[in-house]
Amino acid sequence: MEPVIRVENLVKRYGSRGLGRRAEAFTAVDSVSFSILPGCTLALVGESGSGKSSMALCLSCLERVTAGQIWFEGRDLAGLREKELRSVRPKLQLVFQDPANSLNTRWTVGEIVAEPLLVRGRISKRERDARAAQMLEHVGLGAEYLRRRPRELSGGQRQRVAIARALVLEPRLLILDEVLSALDCSIQAQIANLLVELQRSYGLAYLFITHDWKMAAHLADEIAVMSHGKIVEQGAAEKIVRYASSPETRRLLGAPPVGREAMEAVPKP
Amino acid sequence: MAQHEVITEEKAHLRQILEVRDLRVAYGRRDGGVLHALNGVSFGVGAGEILAVLGESGSGKSTLAAALLRLLPPSGRITGGEILLEGADVVRMGAVELRRMRGSGVSIIFQEPSLALHPTIRIGDQVAEVLRAHQALSKRGRAERAREILAKVFSDDVQRICSSYPHELSGGQQQRGLIAQAIACEPALVIADEPTASLDPSTQREILALFQSLRDKLGIAFIFITHNPALLAGFADRVLVVYAGKVAEVGPTEAVLSSPRHPYTQALLKCMPQVDTTQGARRKTLLPVIAGAVPSVVSLSRGCVFEPRCEQRMEICQVHEPVAAMTGSRHEVSCLKFPA
Repeated sequence: MEPVIRVENLVKRYGSRGLGRRAEAFTAVDSVSFSILPGCTLALVGESGSGKSSMALCLSCLERVTAGQIWFEGRDLAGLREKELRSVRPKLQLVFQDPANSLNTRWTVGEIVAEPLLVRGRISKRERDARAAQMLEHVGLGAEYLRRRPRELSGGQRQRVAIARALVLEPRLLILDEVLSALDCSIQAQIANLLVELQRSYGLAYLFITHDWKMAAHLADEIAVMSHGKIVEQGAAEKIVRYASSPETRRLLGAPPVGREAMEAVPKP
Repeated sequence: MAQHEVITEEKAHLRQILEVRDLRVAYGRRDGGVLHALNGVSFGVGAGEILAVLGESGSGKSTLAAALLRLLPPSGRITGGEILLEGADVVRMGAVELRRMRGSGVSIIFQEPSLALHPTIRIGDQVAEVLRAHQALSKRGRAERAREILAKVFSDDVQRICSSYPHELSGGQQQRGLIAQAIACEPALVIADEPTASLDPSTQREILALFQSLRDKLGIAFIFITHNPALLAGFADRVLVVYAGKVAEVGPTEAVLSSPRHPYTQALLKCMPQVDTTQGARRKTLLPVIAGAVPSVVSLSRGCVFEPRCEQRMEICQVHEPVAAMTGSRHEVSCLKFPA
């Protein structure tokens, strides 16, 4: 099977940090390579500052890469111009951590979910509403939410709206940047289930960025552990969890909210 | 009414510093209705104890934190109950007493350190400001004392941190700065409202370890408010589980996490993904969820508040309101499966 996305030796360096003579380049992503197959999930796990979010920005071409290639839909995104990117972007969508900040508070849910359609091209209002209602149905919210506004919704419902917006252009890859970490445990479980169901029905590929390795182990086929911009360990999810070898992975495994005591203290269902 | 006997053989030496009895808080809504956020919450905190308050959004846990310091927004009102802090009732305190109590008797740490710190004042000065409000010290004395306090929460680099502005520090360092402010006047109790929610796992672990060491060295008691059960094992002494403004269950952390009695606590813990390292993970399966949503408690209905979402509901649950029953050593649950 052909991978949905193949990243080769990706480097992202940011320009000067500090002033004058102290200025030095900062390497956020340091020759990272991976690929994701259709219907599969790669979890990118690491602490804050490890380069996970820079990765998300590079893959979605919101940041230009310094070196390396991003092969997607038969093209190298790193070499494309802004105009050419426009034809690729619908197939690759991003969902952010905090739906309270990533949704326009003044718009209705219907407007928010249908906006990508409007950006892509001419489409009648009636058709937009129909598509938005259909998307809301897919993420477990009924058409009655079309006229609601974000502040009338709970955190979990807002994240469902953000996912509906990402799905409306029928992408092949979703980049999920800490999409569960702002939510309550019971809501996390609901959204995690939604992600599993959507992947099953549409064969979506996910890049699941998180610092919660337990959720990563639950949702991902493969886990890549990032530290200081590099992937320090990568492999099948069970293998990484069972035979963690790098100190970074061990540290992640030992830290709450995922400590061994925490694991043992929680009853098996 | 639910009145805890916290004093047992192992903690018999613990003096009770906070005693909350049947606390009720309501918010006036714009449409004239009333939202009952806390509906009869009772618990105690012993000196040097870490009590975790576990609840999801809408459970009333942040209302509880604000009510304990009388920091409710104008629409919120304490409609009943007592908050006894070292014997004095916070509910009936006047402005002068309140001012003295806040900061030196009880202090609070908020969730987002980057918002809680003043962006244009150096960390050392922000700690000294707390001292100025509560202690008669010279300017130099305050600066000296602020540095001593910062040394309790930072292991090295104290001098640099003291003269740094918040934006020059990491999230974890900012949170330590807030903790320094909170402990500046050596309060008996610190309330921490989701203090680690915005931090990554290893920084979270460091902050939890800091709370424990402050408890051990300075004897400060903590009320640690969180929505994440995974943080509590090995950290909190006891856990108080709140749901819809009521206490569902309270008991020693190990007991509550390993043998939860209340159906809500059981369901909440089951929601978390289980990682079984021995027989391959149950990957990409659906996690058990709690059907429905937390009620927006507009009116006080009869019966148990969790009944509509409970998988173990019985007929009487719609009619009778559960009262707290002891189910083990210091383990109390409010569920009709456990008659008082």
